[in-house]
Amino acid sequence: MESHIGNVTGHAAAAKSDYRRYCAGCHGDYGDSNGENAVWLDPKPRDFTIATFKCRSTLTGTLPTDEDIFNTIARGLTNSNMPVWSTFTKQQRADLVAYIKIFSPRWEKEKAGDTIKIPAEPPVTMESISHGKALFTKLECWKCHGSHGEGDGPSAATLTDSKDQPIRPYNFAAGKGDSRFKCGDTNQDVYKIFMTGLDGTPMPSFADVIQPNDAWDLVHFLRTLQVNRHSKENEVLSAAHGVIPPYVDRNPPPAAAPPADNKPPGGAN
Amino acid sequence: MKAHYKTFVVTACTLLILGFGLLYSTRKTLNVSAAASGGITGTIKLDGTPPHQKPIDMSKEPNCAKEHASNPVTTETVIVGPKGGLKWVVVYISEGLDAATASQVPPAKPTWDQKGCQYIPHVMALDVNQHFEVSNSDPHSHNIHPLPKPNGANHEWNRSQPPGTPPFDQVWAGEEIAIPVKCNIHPWMHGYMAVVKGPTAVTDDNGSYTISNLPPGNYTVTAWQEQYGSQSQKVTVAAGKPATADFTYKAK
Repeated sequence: MESHIGNVTGHAAAAKSDYRRYCAGCHGDYGDSNGENAVWLDPKPRDFTIATFKCRSTLTGTLPTDEDIFNTIARGLTNSNMPVWSTFTKQQRADLVAYIKIFSPRWEKEKAGDTIKIPAEPPVTMESISHGKALFTKLECWKCHGSHGEGDGPSAATLTDSKDQPIRPYNFAAGKGDSRFKCGDTNQDVYKIFMTGLDGTPMPSFADVIQPNDAWDLVHFLRTLQVNRHSKENEVLSAAHGVIPPYVDRNPPPAAAPPADNKPPGGAN
Repeated sequence: MKAHYKTFVVTACTLLILGFGLLYSTRKTLNVSAAASGGITGTIKLDGTPPHQKPIDMSKEPNCAKEHASNPVTTETVIVGPKGGLKWVVVYISEGLDAATASQVPPAKPTWDQKGCQYIPHVMALDVNQHFEVSNSDPHSHNIHPLPKPNGANHEWNRSQPPGTPPFDQVWAGEEIAIPVKCNIHPWMHGYMAVVKGPTAVTDDNGSYTISNLPPGNYTVTAWQEQYGSQSQKVTVAAGKPATADFTYKAK
């Protein structure tokens, strides 16, 4: 089994001793998440035998790219026991990516899924944040994450992952100035999280229901829920004294627009 | 004159032979199509007292609680009709299908709807690679989260479907009885998609089913129920009249 990350090719055979030494304690010798430490961990270590991954750049239901797993190993998973493995060389990480693929037959039969396209990020403005907030309400993100993103929505208490283990929705408000997500800390990572969904968890994919530019507006609003985080979004918000004005749709769809005496597009201020 | 007569007789004979030939071949075609319309019909019953179906508290989703206010919804694990007929049982051919019948994918595109915080239907039978649509008739969001068993031909996916979004199209790549489907936002929502090759049926309110478009032959018919599992029996299907295969599950 091989992995390909840029110009680095990983070989499973080369990762055997690293896996035994650094990974097997939690993920298990057979990659089935039954390592000797696993019983003490919450959330549970990833089970490589089912080849379902949270952090992907690919569509829901498909395999992640080699690079997705490569990045996860280096980044570690915040709010879990998976540490940052930036101590490994790129070659070591690439070899480990190849190694964990031997645990599921899916990797022999399938290729990585199609990656979602991410357009260039528009500037952070109050209008963008305000539209993002409207989307957060309309798409019912609050059902699980709560209206202030504190992970306390009406459906939060009953959530379970695909192995029937209780799971909590992300609490955006927790954490300090550098609060991160499991799947990364850039705005692009946030974009990917809700567009691809986190397979194996209750977090669904929104790739079919959010237009690319709207998705950026949602990213900008989500950043303001990370109240302690230093971000451009929080700067824009504090400049407006912490008030997000209600969103006014400047370009309503033609069918919904009243036929007569409606304001010209862009003219409503 | 004589020559003309001869030509006439030859032509007439040729026409007659052709005519009979045509008639014969038409009859043959008709026979074949009649054979293809064989089938199996039957009733599935529950013997004993059906387990109590718990009422579902939908107060966390006010739209749905309101919709069912006068007629509260219960769990649908074991639904029994007035004469003991068991609803939502999948019936399919587990052995004996010829390759042609097994590989035929029905053109029908069934809908898996989310309405009043329930799956309509609760159980759906599909062919491998048969397209189906997922729709949301509710004024609020659902997430559709099927959980096929790992490492099979089918894979878990999880998609959000807010109100007013158009239905989306899906297929399953391999046989699987049955794939549980859930909505994480509304934990009481459960359903099953049974994916099998060849003609199938799901029992109605009376526990009755009809499998059609089955060529004559010897088959094993299997019934699957979400609580009680599978049962099989051998059935011989003849041309024309549908064969009968009834099943009885013991209440537990």
